[in-house]
Amino acid sequence: MSAQVQSKRAQLKQAKLTATEERLQGLSLPGGGVWATEARQAALARLREMGLPGRRDEYWKFTRPDTLIQEEVPLAEVFVHDESPVFDGIDRLRIVFVDGVFNAAESDPLDLAGVEIERLSDAAQADIHWAREVFGKLEARGQSPVERPLSSFNTAFAGDGILIRATGRAEKPVSLIYRHESETSDAMLHHVVRLEKGANLTLLENGPAAARLNKVLEVDIADGAAFHHVRAQGRDHQRRAVTHIFARLGADSVFKSFTLTVNGTLTRNECVVEFTGDDGAAHVAGACLGDGDFHHDDTVFITHDAVACESRQVFKKVLRNGATGVFQGKILVQPGAQKTDGYQKSQSLLLDDDSQFLAKPELEIYADDVACSHGSTSGAIDEEGLFYLRSRGIEEGPATDLLTLAFLAEAVEEIEDERLAEEITGRLEGWLARRRG
Amino acid sequence: MLEIKGLKVKLEEEDKEIIKGVDLTVEPGSVHAIMGPNGSGKSTLSYVLSGRPGYVVTDGTATLDGENLLDLEPEERAALGLFLAFQYPVEIPGVGNMTFLRTAVNAQRKARGQEEMNATDFLKLIRAKAKDLKIDAEMLKRPVNVGFSGGEKKRNEILQMAMLEPKMCILDETDSGLDVDAMKLVADGVNALRDTGRGFLVITHYQRLLDHIVPDVVHIMSDGRIVKSGGPELAIEVEKNGYADLMGEVAA
Repeated sequence: MSAQVQSKRAQLKQAKLTATEERLQGLSLPGGGVWATEARQAALARLREMGLPGRRDEYWKFTRPDTLIQEEVPLAEVFVHDESPVFDGIDRLRIVFVDGVFNAAESDPLDLAGVEIERLSDAAQADIHWAREVFGKLEARGQSPVERPLSSFNTAFAGDGILIRATGRAEKPVSLIYRHESETSDAMLHHVVRLEKGANLTLLENGPAAARLNKVLEVDIADGAAFHHVRAQGRDHQRRAVTHIFARLGADSVFKSFTLTVNGTLTRNECVVEFTGDDGAAHVAGACLGDGDFHHDDTVFITHDAVACESRQVFKKVLRNGATGVFQGKILVQPGAQKTDGYQKSQSLLLDDDSQFLAKPELEIYADDVACSHGSTSGAIDEEGLFYLRSRGIEEGPATDLLTLAFLAEAVEEIEDERLAEEITGRLEGWLARRRG
Repeated sequence: MLEIKGLKVKLEEEDKEIIKGVDLTVEPGSVHAIMGPNGSGKSTLSYVLSGRPGYVVTDGTATLDGENLLDLEPEERAALGLFLAFQYPVEIPGVGNMTFLRTAVNAQRKARGQEEMNATDFLKLIRAKAKDLKIDAEMLKRPVNVGFSGGEKKRNEILQMAMLEPKMCILDETDSGLDVDAMKLVADGVNALRDTGRGFLVITHYQRLLDHIVPDVVHIMSDGRIVKSGGPELAIEVEKNGYADLMGEVAA
C-alpha cells in the first residue's frame, strides 16, 4: 500500500473521529451504579475508536446515516389514525413508553410469573446486577467483523429501557408499546433480555416510539430456551429509526424474530445473531410495505460458530411510488461449524418503475459440510395471476392486494404463534385496503 | 345470449391479425363447439371475450345479453356471467383455493347487488360441489393450482364454474392433458351444469371431448374465421378425415 493511499484513508478516519467528538460534545453518560457505568464507559470508548458511521462507509452504502446521527432531530408529525393498536386483542403484560420514556401510569405492574422485569434506569443504580453479563456485552461482541457504531452510541447514552430475565415459561407475552407524541422527540432505548436454561418468552413491540429512535435489544438465550419476538414498527410517515438486535444462542435454543414495517421515512433494522452452542435455531423475518417517502433497510448478520445450527432469513418488501428497500444479509460459517443449515431469502415486489430494491446477500463459509443457500429477487405483480383473479370477478385493486398479501405471506408464516400471525396479516389487509381508499 | 358480429382482432405487440371476422351466436341452453387446427385463432377468441390483455379489437362487437363485453373490464364481464375455463389454469402461490373462491363468489355477488355469502353457507356449498368433482378438502386448502396435477387443475376450473354459476361458459381446450377417466369426470361436471338458462362454448382440438359433452352446433375455425358450421356429425367428420380434408373441401 502506498503512503499516499494510507494517508488518504487515515485522513478520512481522522475526519470521522473529529466529527464524532463534535457530536459527543455536551453529552454526558446517564448516572448509575458501578456495573452500568462501566458498561457505558466501555461503549463510549468503542464509539470514540470507531467513529460514527459516515456516507463513505461500505456498510452504509445504501442508506444515508446522516439524519440518524445529526444533533438536530428532523421533525416527524404525529400520525393520527383511528384503528385499534396492534396486539390489542392479545392477553399480554403491557409496558408503555412515551417518546422513549417509560410511563408507569399507563403500564401494567411489572409483575409476571416466570419473569423478572425491571426498568433500566432503576437497575442501573445498583452496583451489581445480573444484566451486567449482557448489557453492552453482546453489543460489543457484535462489533466484529463489522462495526455498528450507532449501537455503541446507544449503550453509552440510553438511559431508559427494560431488563427482562425469564427463568421459566412466561405466563403471557411481554409487550412494549411505543407511543409518539412530540414531533421532535429523540429517543434512545436499550433493552436486555436474558433467558435462563429452558425458559420461554415472547416479546412484542409496537408503535413509532419517537420522531427519531435509536434502539438496542440484547437477547441472551441459554441452553434449551426459546425466545419469540414480533414487532410492528409504527405507521408514522416521517419517523426515523435505527434499531439493533444482538442475540446470542446457547445449545438447543430458539430465536425467532419477525418485524412488520409500514411507512417511515427511514428505518434501519440490524439483527446480529451468534450461535455459541450446538443445535440452535434462529429465524429472522420481515415484511414491509413502503409507499413514497420510504427507505427501509434490513441488515442481518448471522454467525455460525457451533455444530448443526439452523438459520433462516426471510425478507419480503412491497414498494411503490419511489420507495426504497435495502437488504444486506450475511451468513458467516466459522471453521468447525459443520452441519450448518443456512437459508436466506430476500425478495421485493415493485409495484411501479420508480421504486427500487437494493440487495447484498452474502455467504462466507469456512466449514466443508454445510448446506447454505441464498436467493434475492425483484419483480412486478404477476400479470397472468392478476388476469386469472380478475376473470373470476375480483376487481383489479383487491386482486392486486390478494397477490401482494400472498407475496408477503412467506415472511409472516415465520411467526410461530398463529394468533400473532393473524394479527399481522389483519394489519396488512387493512393497510392495503386503506391505500386503495 | 352471446352474440359475436364481424369480430376482428390483432395482437397488441405486433401488427398481426389473428381473428379475421367471426360471427357467432350462442343461445341460452345450447352447447356450441369450436374445433380447429392449432393456430386457427380459437383460443384467442376465448381470451378476447374474457378480456385478457395483449389483444386489440379492430372491428366488430361481442355482447352478452345485449351488453358490449369488449368495453368492460375482465371482472365486469365475469359479474355479467361470463366464465372462461383456462387451458392453462394459473398457479397462485400464497393464496388458498378456498379464500380465492370465496373472494370471487362474493365479489360477483357484490357487483350484482346481492348480499355476500356467509362463511358457513359457503363452506356447505363448496363441500357439496367439490365432492361431485372428487376434489378433496386438502385440495381446497392448498394454494390455487400450486402442485395440482393436470387433471386436478381442470377439475378446479369446473369447480369454480359450478360455484360462480355463470350464464355463459367458455371452455378452452379443457380436455388437453387429461386421460380418459379425468376427461369423463370433467365432462360430467360440465354436463351437470347444462341448463336452459346457460350457454356453452367448448373449444377443442379433438373430437373425443364431444363424445362426453355432446354439442348442439359444431363450428370449424381456420385462419381466424369460422369456415363451416353443422351438427355433431361435423365433429365426427373431423375425427375421421382430419382438418386438411375438410378445409380443402371449403376452399374448393
